[in-house]
Amino acid sequence: MSLNARLLPLAATLVIFLVAYAVCYAQYPAMLSTRVIGNLLTDNAFLGIVAVGMTFVIISGGIDLSVGSVIAFAGVFIAVMLRDTSLHPLTVFSLLLLLTTLFGASMGAVIHYLEMPAFIVTLAGMFLARGMAYVLSIDAVPITHEFYDYMQRLYWLMPGKGRLTLIGGLMLLVVVAGSLLAHRTRFGMNVYAIGGGAQTASLMGVPLARTTMAIYALSGLLAGLAGIVFSIYTSAGYSLATVGVELDAIAAVVIGGTLLTGGSGFVAGTLIGVLIMGLIQTYIIFDGSLSSWWTKILIGMLLFAFIVLQKGLVWTTAKRRIAGG
Amino acid sequence: MPQSDNQPLLRARGLRKVFPGTIALDGVDFWLEAGEVHALLGENGAGKSTLIKCLTGAYRRDGGDILLNGDMIDPKGTIDAQAYGIGTVYQEVNLLPNLTVAENLCLGHQPTRFGMISTRAMNRRAREVLSQFGLDIDVARSLASYSVAVQQVIAIARAVTLSGKVLILDEPTASLDSHEVDLVFGVVRSLRERGLGIIFISHFLDQIFEITDRVTVLRNGRLVGTEATRDIDRVRLVNLMLGRELEQEVRSHGKTHAAAGEPRLTFTGFGRKGSIEPFDLSIRPGEVVGIAGLLGSGRTETAEVLFGVAAHDSGEARRGDGTALRLTSPREAIAAGFGFCPEDRKTDGVIADLTVRENIALALQARIGWMRRIPAREQRAMANDYIRKLDIRTPDAEKPVGLLSGGNQQKVMLARWLVTNPSFLILDEPTRGIDVGAHAEIIRLIEDLCAQGMSLLVISSELDELVAYSHRVIVVRDRHHVAELAGGDITTDNMVRAIAAPEREAIN
Ligand SMILES: Nc1ncnc2c1ncn2[C@@H]1O[C@H](COP(=O)(O)OP(=O)(O)OP(=O)(O)O)[C@@H](O)[C@H]1O
Ligand SMILES: [Mg+2]
Repeated sequence: MSLNARLLPLAATLVIFLVAYAVCYAQYPAMLSTRVIGNLLTDNAFLGIVAVGMTFVIISGGIDLSVGSVIAFAGVFIAVMLRDTSLHPLTVFSLLLLLTTLFGASMGAVIHYLEMPAFIVTLAGMFLARGMAYVLSIDAVPITHEFYDYMQRLYWLMPGKGRLTLIGGLMLLVVVAGSLLAHRTRFGMNVYAIGGGAQTASLMGVPLARTTMAIYALSGLLAGLAGIVFSIYTSAGYSLATVGVELDAIAAVVIGGTLLTGGSGFVAGTLIGVLIMGLIQTYIIFDGSLSSWWTKILIGMLLFAFIVLQKGLVWTTAKRRIAGG
Repeated sequence: MPQSDNQPLLRARGLRKVFPGTIALDGVDFWLEAGEVHALLGENGAGKSTLIKCLTGAYRRDGGDILLNGDMIDPKGTIDAQAYGIGTVYQEVNLLPNLTVAENLCLGHQPTRFGMISTRAMNRRAREVLSQFGLDIDVARSLASYSVAVQQVIAIARAVTLSGKVLILDEPTASLDSHEVDLVFGVVRSLRERGLGIIFISHFLDQIFEITDRVTVLRNGRLVGTEATRDIDRVRLVNLMLGRELEQEVRSHGKTHAAAGEPRLTFTGFGRKGSIEPFDLSIRPGEVVGIAGLLGSGRTETAEVLFGVAAHDSGEARRGDGTALRLTSPREAIAAGFGFCPEDRKTDGVIADLTVRENIALALQARIGWMRRIPAREQRAMANDYIRKLDIRTPDAEKPVGLLSGGNQQKVMLARWLVTNPSFLILDEPTRGIDVGAHAEIIRLIEDLCAQGMSLLVISSELDELVAYSHRVIVVRDRHHVAELAGGDITTDNMVRAIAAPEREAIN
């Protein structure tokens, strides 16, 4: 137990997810089917992807408020490019990812070199990206392209008739890759180190500038990818879409057991966080009579519970250390 | 002691560093041999930390050369210095509490396969490294779960594995108790055997004599002498440091009149679950009560409960006249005329960005309320007064405290509480990190204060010091107040015996 104090938030998230699922199952046995699970993954694919990026940012002790706007920008950018040029969607995707990655990297550069709080810089980024989306198009732009139809039809039939769609699968892939990146690479370790204390980390040889830029670049890249996924999901680009998604992502990360003060967390936890939020939504849809605002209320309560849990954990480890020292 | 063959391992020639208002280093010529432990001594603000920061490139030097094995080098920073073989453990422990021990040891140098870190191999390597330092601990646990001493050894281990020629230790023992110091010294000795050159900074003269081969003394940024430790005695060493005679290193105390009369404050059954067991304490005007005990035994917790930092959950406090006191927050404690100078100035103490004057005025301002601002002129007079009284080394009162040397920050914090003129002052390790000269000053100050009728509670690991000024000493062990010594019973031996009691019972 003492060994795994760090794992405790993750375990708590998992338990909450299982309990929530059990409650849903008790009322609506239909919810325990690969079909529901498949939908859960598909519906939350874009949120899951962007939340993985957010996990890195938060572990490093930062925050990225721009991602919701970047997703909207991505959708509009793709839709307009496909409408006005004859470029293949894959070319447009590459262009877009390059753009959003550079956007993230430059926010990271501003944060590091001008020593500005991430909150302010990414808030500016949020307005900037949203504004760019408006400049491209104020109205929703539908996407019609045979390649899009093809991607939307792609799925893997799970046992039990559930469909793991392309975008659902992509999200799982991103989570796996993100997990490896966080826990098994030097870059990942450096992210944790910065979250533990940037000054100390730099004294220990962590390249602060490079790592900070890479963290926000990664978040930008994944926000771009989430934008692509969202455009496949909705077949449209709209500059007013995904308002507030950055806050959903932050909520998922925190419910997933990542410390909002940085230095500790798990990418896998974020996936569970996203699934918990999706599950609440699914339950409300199954129920039919509840207002969809209950999703927000429940998420708010969960979030609060987790912050209290984290505070308690920090407190008990501090205490144990005094007792041990 | 090893002989110098031809080239010293590390050499600084004419090193110079200027800060606005201060010449921190003035033409320092310093050399370090392989296989020696070399003490760097000097008063607070003498330039010790600055010297090593220039040697490692953490500060840019304004002049002078650095030679390693006779070759000029120009390290640009900690990492660069490491590449040259110079490892440093700075004045405060600098590892990451949120990472595991192994991750801390291997950060930036993790063993990888196909770009992926192998946690197994990393933990194995960490265990191997630490076993050379006589440490057999679970390296997969987070660093924060180990004591400061173990963290200190881990920091040394990291510095040594990454560099391996020169090891610089800036006050590595400042927050360790004597067992822990032994642990660190064992490690230092074995490294000396391996042929490393070690620079050791400390204010504890006993430790200097115990472990070092040569001493270099700095005074006001100048090197005033380098000598073999065994050829020098305490008095001469102190004279070199201060540039004058110190009347007596620890003054024989003037506490002849055991404070008599009615208690000023009485605490009964005072305690807090999980931090300190309920205790009784009464304190008279003009009395100094010492608290002795090991680190983590409940000394600091006692102070925190009394001052309301951690509110008590049992017992009550009364004034001498019998009126009850509410003491559940520092605010209430301050209003009741209490003062508390905590142990860890980095986290609880001075505000680094504020100037010396502002820091000193802070507590007084809080006491009289924020609405009635203290006029700037008065603040300045006050600050200058204490800069003089405590001999705080700063060009003027307007320097941000963060830029003062470690020991001088400690003095600023003390001054802050003294200006509020409390009737009951709690001092937690008031002499830690303070040089011998100022040390004697502070002890004299304690005696003066109680002669003026102030009641003091002083926590200290230096038992001699407690003997010198305490009228009574309370010994704390395992979160209990286990013994109280008074008058002639206050001796170092008695205290050690009370602190160590459990082992004796086990033997009996
Ligand atoms: N970054 C800085 N800016 C301005 N002045 C500084 C800075 N760092 C140190 N100084 C000044 O340089 C002088 C030497 O400080 P240094 O920290 O080297 O002292 P020290 O010998 O390590 O003392 P201590 O025993 O208290 O740690 C002091 O007067 C200090 O105020
Ligand atoms: Mg120093």
